[in-house]
Amino acid sequence: MEKLFKQITQAVLAELQEDEHLGLSFGGEKSTFARINAARIRQIGNVDETDLGFNLIWNGKRCTGSISLSSDVAEDKARAVVELQRLREEVKQLPDDPYLVIPDSTEISISEKFGELPAANKIAEMLLPAMGQVDLTGIWASGRIYQGSANSAGGYHWFASDSFSLDYSLITPEEKMVKATYAGTRWDQVAYEKFLADSIKKLELMSLLPKKIEPGNYRTYIASAGVADVISMFSWAGISEAAIRQSESSLGKMRNEGKKLSELFVLSEDFSSGLSPRFNGNGEVAPETTVLIDKGELKQTLVSSRTAKEYGVNSNFASEGEYLRAPVVGTGNLQESEILEKLGTGVYLSNLHYLNWSDMIGGRITGMTRYACFWVEDGKIVAPIENMRFDDSIYNFLGENLEAVTDTALVNPEVGTYDGRELSAIICPGILLKSFSLTL
Amino acid sequence: MNLKTILSGIDVKADWIGLRYVTENTGFRLVRDGKPEANTRESKQGIMVEVLVNGQFAYYGTSRLDQPGIQAATERAVQLAQAASSFSLHSFGLDARPAAKGTYRSPYQSAADAFSPGELSDLLIKATAELKVSDKVVTTNAMARIVETESRFVSSNGSDVDQQYLMVSADYSAVAQDGSVTQKRTDGGLLAKSFQTGMEVFDQADVLARCRTIGAESVELLTAEECPTGTLDLVLAPDQMMLQIHESVGHALEIDRILGDERNYAGWSFVRLEDFGKLQYGSALMNITFDPFVENQLASYAYDDGGLKAEKEFLIKNGLLLRGLGGMESQIRSGIDGVANFRASSWNRAPIDRMANLNLEAGDSSYDEIIGAVEKGVFMTSNRSWSIDDYRNKFQFGCEYGKLIENGKLTKTVKNPNYRAISNPFWRSLKMIGNQDTFEIYGTPFCGKGEPNQIIRVGHASPLCLFDKVEIFGGA
Repeated sequence: MEKLFKQITQAVLAELQEDEHLGLSFGGEKSTFARINAARIRQIGNVDETDLGFNLIWNGKRCTGSISLSSDVAEDKARAVVELQRLREEVKQLPDDPYLVIPDSTEISISEKFGELPAANKIAEMLLPAMGQVDLTGIWASGRIYQGSANSAGGYHWFASDSFSLDYSLITPEEKMVKATYAGTRWDQVAYEKFLADSIKKLELMSLLPKKIEPGNYRTYIASAGVADVISMFSWAGISEAAIRQSESSLGKMRNEGKKLSELFVLSEDFSSGLSPRFNGNGEVAPETTVLIDKGELKQTLVSSRTAKEYGVNSNFASEGEYLRAPVVGTGNLQESEILEKLGTGVYLSNLHYLNWSDMIGGRITGMTRYACFWVEDGKIVAPIENMRFDDSIYNFLGENLEAVTDTALVNPEVGTYDGRELSAIICPGILLKSFSLTL
Repeated sequence: MNLKTILSGIDVKADWIGLRYVTENTGFRLVRDGKPEANTRESKQGIMVEVLVNGQFAYYGTSRLDQPGIQAATERAVQLAQAASSFSLHSFGLDARPAAKGTYRSPYQSAADAFSPGELSDLLIKATAELKVSDKVVTTNAMARIVETESRFVSSNGSDVDQQYLMVSADYSAVAQDGSVTQKRTDGGLLAKSFQTGMEVFDQADVLARCRTIGAESVELLTAEECPTGTLDLVLAPDQMMLQIHESVGHALEIDRILGDERNYAGWSFVRLEDFGKLQYGSALMNITFDPFVENQLASYAYDDGGLKAEKEFLIKNGLLLRGLGGMESQIRSGIDGVANFRASSWNRAPIDRMANLNLEAGDSSYDEIIGAVEKGVFMTSNRSWSIDDYRNKFQFGCEYGKLIENGKLTKTVKNPNYRAISNPFWRSLKMIGNQDTFEIYGTPFCGKGEPNQIIRVGHASPLCLFDKVEIFGGA
């Protein structure tokens, strides 16, 4: 696939005129998906998709576009040249863009990661027998993902990796659920069956009679997967420099009013895991690590080169949308074995669901508890709870009410597929809260 | 491309083959504070090959469009269906893919190319200038999204459907700030004005007048009181009813959710199969229709992606639940009456049950009668926050703009209006419903569902509605 990208790049750049600058981005996947309901195959198929993105700059003006590629070199070269001509005609009609960034990166990187993935037509027989009689619903996704970037200044990046994930929910006859994701790059049947068996054992806890709790403020433990949902909110009207400057960020109070979160809270953009590429859509390479919030204080934001130009600040080569691509939350001192004891009496939340800013400027998030969530008394799990709505501000629950952070961060792979299979993960520990507001 | 010729040239052994060729061009222009932020066009094309073998459907979505590529994709799909057929959740027959022949064209007056890129940019620049009604307006945005789609479907049992759409969305927004207070107004909620229409929606005088109102209301909110907290009457404008219908009726009635397909992602439903024909979903004023033929509504069409002909149907009549949102696969699996809503977001996804145009039918109360009936309550308009649980029960929604209603009259403006409730009791508390004069059409291009994930367009129309005694509250 890299050969295809190189050939198209050469063909398009050869067409470029002297006063034009161009950035190209390449994205593709060869994926197998299997949708599972009740431990049976509901839908199954393959998707083979490749797109080429264009960022054309001419005479202080800019326009962008993307086209589907067919993987036939001659056909795709022709499509790319036609798209370049379309962009060339359009850009002349557009107003000047004072904040455009000419792609001038000359860096080059190539990363190819190969795994061992099961053949598509073997997936059903490898996955399903181990599920036995358990009610399992979920999604299998596997295959190779490609990303590339090239520009008229000579910059070039290529990233490709194999991966698989089985993201699933186990469900009791009483409709209590446990969530898990088995993901990796090399399929291991024995390891899969052990992972699945371990999660099925967790279902036993859900067979206890559920407890209905009343709205109110509770001591709360949120496990790593739930914390990952909270961290994902920082990518939406959060850690973006542009969002703060344009008064559309939940973290505006940290910049403008000196608000702080707890000293226990540390958030970084950290690519050292190698799970996602460091280059952005412009081919710019982000630092390996950028500390964003250190001991509760906003130290840096995600700054794209476009934002940097507009506001006269330094870019840290964030994506143009300034969302987190490799978030890592710092660990603390709370040991796994101490969680229930330190929680004492309160709620243990394994997962959260459907988060949204209920007052974005105030930093308030609402959402639901979901899956394995328990009522805990005197350090012992008493019963699963009925799902509750929460509505609380990050300035409370990541601020003065953050009591402890676990000493282990877990990798929560991003299994979303809206714009194709994603490459990232949120690496974060669990958090113990003095108080968390449950409202309905 | 002659899709029927390609289909006839495929050489595999399958009980059924379908080809769905989709091309979609999405243009998007965004101007912020008078300067261009985005001018982009995404062009997608590809074919979804579906086969049925031994009762199991399997698919191969490919952007390779020549005969050898489609032959190879079909062979892979057949292999996959054969391998999976020993593990099928349900063994389907040909009745899951009825033969369909027909066409559909979006209604519009002015074609997508009626505005040049420069002309549309100029209008959006003027719009941001109009939005800035005072120095307190710190950010202005004007955006236009124009989507041209063609979907062609042929199948081995004789389907031949060609549907062409032109969809236009626009939004204009102002963020106002005074000290630590920040408020935002949009044009009825982000991209809520999404229609199957043409470029006639960019009438300059109309756009600029709306922008002046949006800018003024963002400033007005800066000095508004916080929305009160309490159990009060709630009047919802049609642009918020859109979200209310979508989240607490639409998703709850999707038969594939009720059958459990979505339990690992969006969730289940409080509605059960045995509830159809029995559950009093809301008050007797509640009439919900699946209506694919409302002119200009965003999700109108003639056939779904399984080949089922679209018809208007009552899902809820006089508050009683009658019918679900499920295409042929769900109807066969459940035995419940459904509608033609088996839809895919594009060529690279298999169809699932989706809302399309899902509307609350108008009643007979006038705007004045509804406001006049409220002794103490809040009027809310334009969604800004939404969250609901995985059973579609406990929801919390927030709006951009509110007005107190006191003794039958709209009085003070209030900021940060929110409300929360549980779906079934909430709809049973529907006390008054507006007449056709209060009925408005909205839509959104961005409804997420499914694994692998899909974003699809939906339309919702509603009159003004009054709900009795709802938990209402303000900001942080």
